[in-house]
Amino acid sequence: MTTNGSTPKAKPKFAMYWAASCGGCEIAVLNIGEKILDVDANFDVVFWPVAMDAKYDDVEKMEDGSILLTLFNGGIRNVENEHIAKLLRRKSQILVSFGSCATEGCIPGLANLTDIPELFNTAFGTISTDNPDGIRPVYDVEVPEGTLHLPMMFDRLRPLDQVVDVDYYIPGCPPESHQIAAVIDAVLAVLAGEAELPPKGSVLGAGQSTVCDECSRTRNVKNITEFRRIQDIEKIDPDLCLLEQGLLCVGPAARSGCGALCPAVNAPCAGCYGAAPGVVDFGARMITAIASVIDSNDPAEIERIMDGIVDPVGSFYRFNLAHSLLHAGKPAWN
Amino acid sequence: MTEKTFEPTIIGFTCNWCSYRAADMAGTSRLKYPANIRLIRLMCSGRLDPTFVIKALASGADGVMITGCHPGECHYIEQNYKAMRRYLLLRKMLEQMGIEKERVKLVWASAAEGIKFAREAQSIVDEVRALGPLNWGTAKKQTNGAQPKEEEVYA
Repeated sequence: MTTNGSTPKAKPKFAMYWAASCGGCEIAVLNIGEKILDVDANFDVVFWPVAMDAKYDDVEKMEDGSILLTLFNGGIRNVENEHIAKLLRRKSQILVSFGSCATEGCIPGLANLTDIPELFNTAFGTISTDNPDGIRPVYDVEVPEGTLHLPMMFDRLRPLDQVVDVDYYIPGCPPESHQIAAVIDAVLAVLAGEAELPPKGSVLGAGQSTVCDECSRTRNVKNITEFRRIQDIEKIDPDLCLLEQGLLCVGPAARSGCGALCPAVNAPCAGCYGAAPGVVDFGARMITAIASVIDSNDPAEIERIMDGIVDPVGSFYRFNLAHSLLHAGKPAWN
Repeated sequence: MTEKTFEPTIIGFTCNWCSYRAADMAGTSRLKYPANIRLIRLMCSGRLDPTFVIKALASGADGVMITGCHPGECHYIEQNYKAMRRYLLLRKMLEQMGIEKERVKLVWASAAEGIKFAREAQSIVDEVRALGPLNWGTAKKQTNGAQPKEEEVYA
């Protein structure tokens, strides 16, 4: 991969960035196998902190709009994330929100249920942390060489499109490699003049239905009398719908595209591809779905059955709290 | 402005066959209930997608009153039971988000219960007024809230 456009015929420029994310998206990109060579053959990779050395200054010096395609993964958690998001928006013709964090906040977005002091207390002051002096991070530290800065954290994590204008979305935690490969093929076809760009705002590399539609399990009329956690079930029927077995599976609200990988191995869908087309609020859709299948008309009995759902927000908004209608819990709004 | 008492905005969802008529009955009986409640008529409480409630709260409502026919008396046989199950799960979830359960209420009112409708409307307005404004962050027009400016902290 060249760093400075030294090829004879100037190739279009490509960038990838990670903000608040785990790095799984980058691995998913590398998992496309030899297709990564097509990326290198057709693009000049100018900025990709995980894969190559590059400085923010280099990006600042680029002309506005000079990068053709930027894949941005990770949510906007601190001022550095926001700065780079705005910078890359300015420098890129096509900005793609890549992966669940950038698109909907993902797991880091669940921190929106609480406030920063509480987050720090959990991270630096609970039983799993050896921190007898109760040290907490600070944003500015004086050392003999000068002042060191850490980027300041925002009260809430925001998905990319709450900060800058986004052209396309590729959902998934992480996006499946074959889906990434398909998007790359589509981009290459556009570059070759064989295809046109999809309408702005499109969701790429994903299905147009729900995970249930892709799931091979048998579905019957559901009459749920009890929700159970996966560790409390002795033997999971490999062919029967997981929801019917009392496992909280969010397949009815989740977008397809993954091939229903989790239900195939007895794990309920967690909803990493985000809300299915037409679903405004993932949690609201799940409430509707669950309420329809609970087999009781007695309020006390309904409450008892629902007690089996120990963490409604964590179950219904696991990947998209920051992009839900409410964005965050009350403490995060101050 | 500040010395005025807080007047909450309550969104009320009513069903075409019972509770909307209860509200109508309250009107024709010249009963008084607070103007804080804005009614939206649905065909049935079973039409109430929880999205409506969440959107109301996210858009600036301080409380939501969901109303429908008494259990067993639904015009569409049993859709109000679905509304009840949705409501119970929604309330549990909203509590986890930090929204007090008094802000979202489910009330059964038949077409003849204008008095009950007016009383329940009064009671949710009083309770939410006591709680104070919800003023959810998404309803405030600024996107960044009180968050630090980029230039101030990013070097």
